[in-house]
Amino acid sequence: MPEGKLHLKISRSNGVHVVHFADRKILEELSITEIGEELSNLVDSQPGIKLLLNFSSVDHLSSAALGMLITLNKRVTQANGALKLSNINAQIYEVFKITRLNKVFDIHPTAEEALAGF
Amino acid sequence: MSVTDPGQSESLTEIVVPSRIEATKEPEQRILAEVERHGYSPDAAFAIKLALQEAVTNAIKHGNRNDPSKHLTLRFAVSPEKTVIAVADEGEGFCVAQVPDPTIDANLECPTGRGIMLMRAYMNHVSYNDTGTEVTMVKLNE
Repeated sequence: MPEGKLHLKISRSNGVHVVHFADRKILEELSITEIGEELSNLVDSQPGIKLLLNFSSVDHLSSAALGMLITLNKRVTQANGALKLSNINAQIYEVFKITRLNKVFDIHPTAEEALAGF
Repeated sequence: MSVTDPGQSESLTEIVVPSRIEATKEPEQRILAEVERHGYSPDAAFAIKLALQEAVTNAIKHGNRNDPSKHLTLRFAVSPEKTVIAVADEGEGFCVAQVPDPTIDANLECPTGRGIMLMRAYMNHVSYNDTGTEVTMVKLNE
């Protein structure tokens, strides 16, 4: 059953928390702080969390969103969890490549491949 | 047409807004609507939107130090050949050359510091005035 607040749609799949973003422009500046807090609360409440962020509904993001993801990644690691990203479109993935953050995050083309890798 | 002298050959529309992200959304939408009207590619439109947001965020957070009593001045011109955008803040300025490279291994997991790098990666031209209080960016419609 989907859960979560305004910005996130959270579901479970074989022990993995799968997060979809509720708005195509969700990763713009106005929402990033709230999204970061929601995700941090989720991680804190689930020690050892397996977390998949599905970017299929995201068509734009900023460097602030990248910073939020970096902080989240560290938090998940510190909680002995695992974070994967999936369904990133070509334009967004180019941002990850230009910033070399494709080396930091575990990125998969599809949610299915990401889920299989947990 | 000159990329090295952006803005010199055209008249720029000027908009002054309070130093808040919300206040920059209307001018951003005006610029992007013009970009779409002139038939820029989706990749070019993406680049302009990203660079504009980075420039505005830097001006608000770093230039004006999140002081809502301060203002941003946005100047822009969109033509079939190029888009010119200038963003000025009311801060004390900074030295662009001293901004660390966010792509080196030591800085890769730092949560901040990517704005200028993204602006330079996505725009054909990015330059700052002598004090660092205004950035001018150009995107060619290629």
